[in-house]
Amino acid sequence: MTRLPLSLVIGAVLSVLFLVIALLSLVWTPHDVETLIIADRLRPAGAEYWLGTDQFGRDMVSMLMVGARISIAVALVAVGIGVALGVPLGLAAAANRGSLLDEVIMRGNDLIFAFPSLVIAILITAVFGPSAFNAIIAIGIFNIPVFARVARGGALSLWTLDYVLAARVAGKNKTRISAEHILPNISSLLIVQATIQFSLGILAEAALSYVGLSVQPPVPSWGRMLADAQTMIYSHPMLAVLPGLAIVFMVLGLNLMGDGLRDMLDPRLRRVRA
Amino acid sequence: MLRQTEPTCRGDAIALSLAPIGIRNHGDTQSSPARSTSLWPSRAPPSNVAPMLRFILGRLVSLGLSLIAASLVIFVVIEVVPGDPAAFMLGLNANEETVQALREDLGLTGSKVSRYITWITGLVQGDFGTSYTYRVPVSELILQRLWVSLPLAGFALILSTLIAFPIGLIAASKRGTAADYSIMGGTQLGIAVPNFWFAMLLVLVFAVNLRWFNAGGFPGWEAPGAALKSLLLPAVALALPQAAILARVMRSALIETMGQDYIRTARAKGLTRRQVTLRHALRNALIPVLTIIGLQFSFLLAGAIIIENVFFLPGLGRLIFQGITQRDLVVVESVTMLLVFAVILVTFLVDIAYALADPRLRRRS
Repeated sequence: MTRLPLSLVIGAVLSVLFLVIALLSLVWTPHDVETLIIADRLRPAGAEYWLGTDQFGRDMVSMLMVGARISIAVALVAVGIGVALGVPLGLAAAANRGSLLDEVIMRGNDLIFAFPSLVIAILITAVFGPSAFNAIIAIGIFNIPVFARVARGGALSLWTLDYVLAARVAGKNKTRISAEHILPNISSLLIVQATIQFSLGILAEAALSYVGLSVQPPVPSWGRMLADAQTMIYSHPMLAVLPGLAIVFMVLGLNLMGDGLRDMLDPRLRRVRA
Repeated sequence: MLRQTEPTCRGDAIALSLAPIGIRNHGDTQSSPARSTSLWPSRAPPSNVAPMLRFILGRLVSLGLSLIAASLVIFVVIEVVPGDPAAFMLGLNANEETVQALREDLGLTGSKVSRYITWITGLVQGDFGTSYTYRVPVSELILQRLWVSLPLAGFALILSTLIAFPIGLIAASKRGTAADYSIMGGTQLGIAVPNFWFAMLLVLVFAVNLRWFNAGGFPGWEAPGAALKSLLLPAVALALPQAAILARVMRSALIETMGQDYIRTARAKGLTRRQVTLRHALRNALIPVLTIIGLQFSFLLAGAIIIENVFFLPGLGRLIFQGITQRDLVVVESVTMLLVFAVILVTFLVDIAYALADPRLRRRS
C-alpha cells in the first residue's frame, strides 16, 4: 500500500467540502436567496448574516452555497457530455486507425479547437438566449474533442498489445474489444482528464455568468455575484473577494486532486517526477 | 473548457494539455521514419527549399479548409436563430413591414447559399456588412476597437512570457528543492485564479486604495503614455494565469531536455551546468514552449473580451457584447469570424515557425 499523494488528499478534501456544501444548499440555506430584503442591505458579517449581505439584502453565505451548486452542476454535466460523446468517438477512431472515420473525427476535433471556445460560448448563448442549459451546451461541446483525443491516444497504444490481438483471434469484434479491454485500461487517463475538465468548466461557468450568459437572476452564481459586486468594489470590497475565493479554492481543489490522481494512477510519472 | 490534454505520460498534464496542434505534429513526425531528401548519398547538403515549400503549401490548404469550415459553423448558428435574423434583431414588438424592410436590407430574401457566398466574398474584400444599430460599416467599428484589443493581447503575451521564462528556468534548475515546490505551488494558485476576478483585485488595490491607476477607461492612442498605462492593469490581469501555465510548461520541457544524452555529452566535454542549460537545453525546450505561446494568443484574445468589460475598455469584447444586447447580429457574426480567423492564422504561423526552427518537423511523409 503506497502512501496517497499529499496533493490528492488536500484536493479531495477541498472538492468534497464544496460538493457537500452544494448538496446541502438543496435542502437548507441560512436564508432564502431569492427574496430581497432591502432593509438588510449591505449588513456586515455578524450573528444573523455570517458573511454579511449584498446590496439587495441577500445573505452571502446562502448565495455562495447556491453558487457552488450551480457551478458544480454546470461543470459536471458539461464533463458528462464530453465523456458520453467524446470517449466513444475516440475509441472508434482508434479501433479504425487511419480509416476515413478516424480522419473525419480528428479533423472535426481540430476544427472545434480552432475556435476560441469562449467566443463560441458567447455566440451560442447570445443566439439561443442566456441560460444555464445553453452554458452547459457551450462548455460541453468543447469537452467532446478533449475526451475523444485522450481516448484515441490511450487506445492506440493498447491496440498494439498482445492481449488485444489475442481477443481478436478469439473472435471478438472491435466494439467489444473497445468496451471490454480498451476502455477499462484507459479509465485512469479519462478520470484524470475529467478532473481537469471539471475545474476548467468551473472557470468557464464563472466567466460566462460574470458576463451574464449563464444562469439568470434570481438564481445566484459565483460569476454573477462578482459582476454585481463590481459597482460596490469601492465601498464593500468583501462582496467581490468572497465569490472569487470560492472559485479559486474549488478550482485549486480539483486541480490538486487531478495531479494527485495522476501521480497515483500512473507509476511511470511518479518515477519521472521524483 | 479551453485546454485539453494529450495522453502524455510525461510532464505536467495541465501544461502539456495546451498543445493540440503543434505538439501532436511534433509527435507524429518523430514517430515517422526519417526520410532522406535526396536519392543518393551526396556530400552537398540536400536542398531544403522543396520540402519546406510543400509543407507550407499543405498548411495553407488546411488553413483555408479550417476557415471555410469555421465560417460555415458561424453562418449556420446565426441562421438557426429563432424566427429569422431580422425578426430576432427587431424583437417581438416590431411590425411586419419593418421586419420585411430589414429582411431586404440584410439581403435575407435570397437563398441561404447565395447569402453565404455574399457574406464570404464581402469578408474577403474587407466588407463586414453594416451594423444595424450604429448604421456604420462593421469594418469601421472593428478597426477602431482592434487598436485596443490587439495591443492588449500582445502586451499580455509579452508580460506572461517575461514572467514565465525566468520562473520556469529557476524551477527546473532547482528541481526538487523548496524553491521549486513553492514555485509550483504558486503556479497552481495562478491557474486557479479567474483572470476577471484577479482584474477586480488589481483595481481594488492599485486604483481604489493606492490610486496609482484609473479604474478603467481608455484615453486613446493620441496620448501613448496614458494609453499604455491604462492597458497595464488589464494586461497584468490577463498575463498572470497564462504565465502560471507557461512556467509549468517551461519547467517540464527543460527537465525533459536536461535528461537527454546530448546534454550529458555537453557536460562531459566540460561545459558548466549553466552553459549547458543556456546553450543547449533552453533552445530545445523552446519548441513546446512556443506551441503554448502561440495557443495562448487565442486565450488572450478571448480573455480580453471578458477583461475589457472589467476595465470598460472600448475593444472587440465590448463591441461583441453591445452587439449581443442590441441584437445586432451583423456585428456579432463578423466579430466572431474575425476572432476565429485570428486564432486559425496564429496556429498556422506557429506551425510554420516550428518548421523553420526544427528541420525534423518538415520531413513529414
